[in-house]
Parts: sequence; C-alpha cells; structure tokens
Amino acid sequence: MSNQSTILQVENISTRFHTQDGLVHAVNGISFELKKGELLGVVGESGSGKSVTMMSLLKLLPMPPAEIVSGTASFEGQDLIQLDLDELRKVRGGKIGFIFQDPMTSLNPVLKIGYQLAEPLREHMGMSRKKARQRSAELLDLVGIPMAENRLNDFPHQFSGGMRQRVMIAMALACDPKVLIADEPTTALDVTIQAQIIDIVKKLRKELGMAIIWITHDLGVVAGIADRVAVMYGGYIVEEGPVEELYSNPKHPYTQGLLKTLPNLEGERAARLESIEGQPPNLHKKPTSCPFAPRCTHTMDRCRRENPVLIKRKENHKVACWWNPE
Amino acid sequence: MKPCSVGESGCGKSTAGRVILQLIPDSDQDGVPDDIDSCPLERNGLRNSRLDMQMIFQDPQDSLNPRMTVGSIISEPILEHKNFQAKERRELVEQLLISVGMNPRFTNRYPHEFSGGQRQRIGIARALALSPDFIICDEPIAALDVSIQAQVINLLEDLQEKYGLTYLFISHDLSMIRHIANRVAVMYLGRIVELASSQVLYSTPLHPYTQALLSAVPMHDPKMERKRKRTILVGDVPSPADPPSGCHFSTRCPRAEDRCFKDSPEWREVSQGHQVACHLV
Repeated sequence: MSNQSTILQVENISTRFHTQDGLVHAVNGISFELKKGELLGVVGESGSGKSVTMMSLLKLLPMPPAEIVSGTASFEGQDLIQLDLDELRKVRGGKIGFIFQDPMTSLNPVLKIGYQLAEPLREHMGMSRKKARQRSAELLDLVGIPMAENRLNDFPHQFSGGMRQRVMIAMALACDPKVLIADEPTTALDVTIQAQIIDIVKKLRKELGMAIIWITHDLGVVAGIADRVAVMYGGYIVEEGPVEELYSNPKHPYTQGLLKTLPNLEGERAARLESIEGQPPNLHKKPTSCPFAPRCTHTMDRCRRENPVLIKRKENHKVACWWNPE
Repeated sequence: MKPCSVGESGCGKSTAGRVILQLIPDSDQDGVPDDIDSCPLERNGLRNSRLDMQMIFQDPQDSLNPRMTVGSIISEPILEHKNFQAKERRELVEQLLISVGMNPRFTNRYPHEFSGGQRQRIGIARALALSPDFIICDEPIAALDVSIQAQVINLLEDLQEKYGLTYLFISHDLSMIRHIANRVAVMYLGRIVELASSQVLYSTPLHPYTQALLSAVPMHDPKMERKRKRTILVGDVPSPADPPSGCHFSTRCPRAEDRCFKDSPEWREVSQGHQVACHLV
C-alpha cells in the first residue's frame, strides 16, 4: 500500500451554512488523502458532515447558504476549491464521478435514460450522438442491465430502484473517472438489492481500477468493501485507519461505542444492547471542545477545553482523542 | 412475547400490521397477506380494541401532529377513551414522559423542538397512554441514527418487562430482529414464507429467500465479511399488483423447479414450531 501514489489530497476543508437560525458549522477542518485505486469508506451519522465534505470538493452545494471557509483539494495538480465553474464542469462527471443517494430524485424524470447517459459522454468526451449512444448501451451492459440497447429509450420511472441506481453508476462511470464518490449509494435499497449493487461495484473496481470514496452510515457495508475507513462525528474525522485495524482495534470512544451498539447476526446474543447516551452535537455552536465530550465515557477536563487533533497512534491509524490508555 | 415480521420493502409487512389494527380495511383479496385473520370487529368493538392494541409508527416526523404540544399528543388517546380529570391526565402524561426517559416539563413543547430519537420516545409514550397489552412497532428505529437506535431498542425492552407488553415488531433490519425477537416471520410479496423461533431461524433457515436475505446482510467484521459466501439474488421483487404464479419467490429463487412456477407451496410445519412454505424443503 505504501508505494501507491496519492490521487486526491484534501487539506483543512471547512464548510458552514448561513441559515435563518445562524451559522451551522457543518465541516470543521477536514484533511484526508485518497490513493490510486483505493476504496475509502467514510462512516458517520446524519449531520456528521460526510456528504457536505465531499460535495464541497466539487462545489455541489448551493452557495449561499453554503460557504467554503478554508481548505485545498489537490487533484492532478489543480486545487479543486480554486477552480471556477467552467473548469469545474470539466472535472465533475468527467474525472470525478458522483453517485447520489437517491436514484429517484437524481435522475431527470422527463428525459430518457439514453439521453441522460449520453449527456456526459458528449459533453466531456466530445462523442458524436451515435457513438455516445453505442457507449451508453455498453455502460448499461457493464452494470448488469439486461437488454441494454432497448432500455435506452425508457424513462426513469420504468426502472426499479435497484435498476435506477445501476443507471446512476453507469452515468458516473461514463467518462472513465479517476475518482468515484458514492454518497450512500445503497441506503435507499433493500438488502438483497444492496448486495447486488455492492457486488457490481466490487467487480467494476477490479476491472476499471478507479479510486472510490464510499459514504455510508452502515458499518457493515464498509467492513466488506473498504480498504481504509474514516469515521466522522460533528464535522470532524475522529478516527481513520485500515479497515481491519479499525474494526478490531478501535481507539476513539465514539467508534468503540458505535461498534458495540450494533447487534450481531452471528455469535452470542447480547442480553442488552450497549448504547451511546445523549444526542448528536448541536452544530450551531462553534466547536471549541471535543464534539463527543458530552456523550463520552472517558471525558477529562482537557476534552472540554481543547479540541483534539487527528494524530497518528500507530502506522496509518489516526485518532482525534485526548484519552489514550496505552 | 416478541414476534417479529421481517422482509423487504413492498412485501406487505406494514400492511399486515395495519390490517391487524384495522387502520386500513381488509379487502379480503389477494393483496392482503393470506395468513392473517383480521378480527371482523364493528366500529364500537374496534374502538374498544384500541384500548388493548396500539401502534408505534416508523417516522416520528410524520406521526406527530406538528401543531399539537407533546402534552396534548400524549393525552389525546386518554381524552378519547377515559374519563379522567384534567389533573389526573396531566399527572399521567408526566409519568409517561418519565417512563420513556424524557423530562416531564416538556409537555408544553412542540414536536419540532425535539430530535428524531426524542420524537420516537413521544410516539412510544402515546402508544403506552392507554396501557395496552399489545403494541405493533412498525419499523420504529428505521428513521433513527445508529447511536440512537440502541437507546430506543433498550427502552422498548425495558417497557416490555415493566408492563408485560407483547410486541409485533416489524423491521427490515435482520441483526436488530435477531436481538429483540422470540419468533420471526419472514415475508415475501404478501405472504409469510417462513416462521420459526429466532434461534432456529437464524441458525437453520430453510426457505431459499430467508437464506439469501441472511447472506445479504452486511456484518460489521471485515474478516468475517470478506470470507462469507453470498447468495446474490438476481432481479427485483416483482410487483405485488401482478405477483408471479405458483410460488411468489420462484422468479428469483436460485433453486426453483418446474412445480415452483405452477403450484403455490403449502404452508407446513417441518419441525416443532418451524413452519415454511417451500416445495423444496
């Protein structure tokens, strides 16, 4: 893993929203890197800032109310944050593909699938109408949609949820992206369909070799596919490490708590679930202490005074926590 | 007792729950699950049955009236069914709030002032207001964050012990059902395909659908997750408006034979308390 080169380097991204109720500090200085061909899982609950971080990279957030306060994101020698809209359009859907959570609302209901698939091909690759159509059919075939050619003339409502998500994946892959950002791609789907989609992504990753950022709240999904995992809480990455290390040896009390709250499908049945007491943090307040301190079982004075920074505890394993029993 | 009903979206598990409470009329046609004997109560009988049977809904956002205070939401069933004085009612509401782990001073607040987990607690307090024996929990944790789910499940278990409740717990989360249920019914396209005690169902699932469903659930252990053998079903759940002939699962079943496409499998008991509807078992 060590000699893989970095394809995306994100430094200190902060994003906030100006709302009627005041400022919302959604993302607070996030840094991470993505290596070539790697699958990075980003895990967190709603409001932890995982989607906002990724959408900030491509400026997919409406601004205002959103504002990217600081940060850089270097991708192929460019800083994505500094790009103007024309330059960004070349990256979005081109070198960086995006799959959204809800395939129902992210496809245009009044345009045929074939048209929607051909759009990025003609826009980014300058293909002719005929060639784009041919490639679209290939893409649908690639994601396992039977009778691909015929289905190009169908509208999104003629596809089931799982099929629509396949179309979304085909669209994101249309221009051979270097990086694919998948924002909760299976959350809206049933388990058996989720298993199909995960299977396809695994296969495509082997064939096409792109790097993937997979955003999810489901620790199980990430366990099966990710190489590395970043856990987010209250707009921060609180822990980051290789998947096996992070699951077998979690260091942050939040990660430990999350893994303990989940009931298991095999093994001993716990008499009672462990739970993390309290509520997720209020993002209206500017964070000056550890965001997890009010719910943490190891809170010390320092946790309420200073926000911990993400530091290396072990090779590749980073934790943002003052509590260190070792 | 905690029987659970599990299945994917559109399989009829919520509909089954609602038909039991007659929140939607039983059309007595094929759309309604076959195995449920919904009590043909008349309106008055039905009204009284609400004293014993209550429901906790999936989405605490939609199931609480945004214009009513927490106090009036919880006291509505009491007002409707019992002749309580205002003071008694207020005391009961406060007690209910305490029993679901909330501050009794919250009675004059509105639902929007609370988080999802707290709103679900309000919904639970309302379901408890008439001290029912039986509560249908329709995906009570599906809309909640992972760290909050365990809180609500623990609360439901505590309340069950305290008040001796019976739950029909409807969910698509197989790991959570394993934790909470005594008995589990697996549904597919409007029919129960397998019913067994939780222990038996998870260790020896017999129906091919149950097997596929269990193998599709991601486990939060990278080592085990990568070693597991998966049965990945092809295709989608067919439309319940036009279900396949024979066994409803035949179109996706990896082991389907000729007769599966023709004859509907019989519902039979294969061992003590373990029932399944499949030709191949």
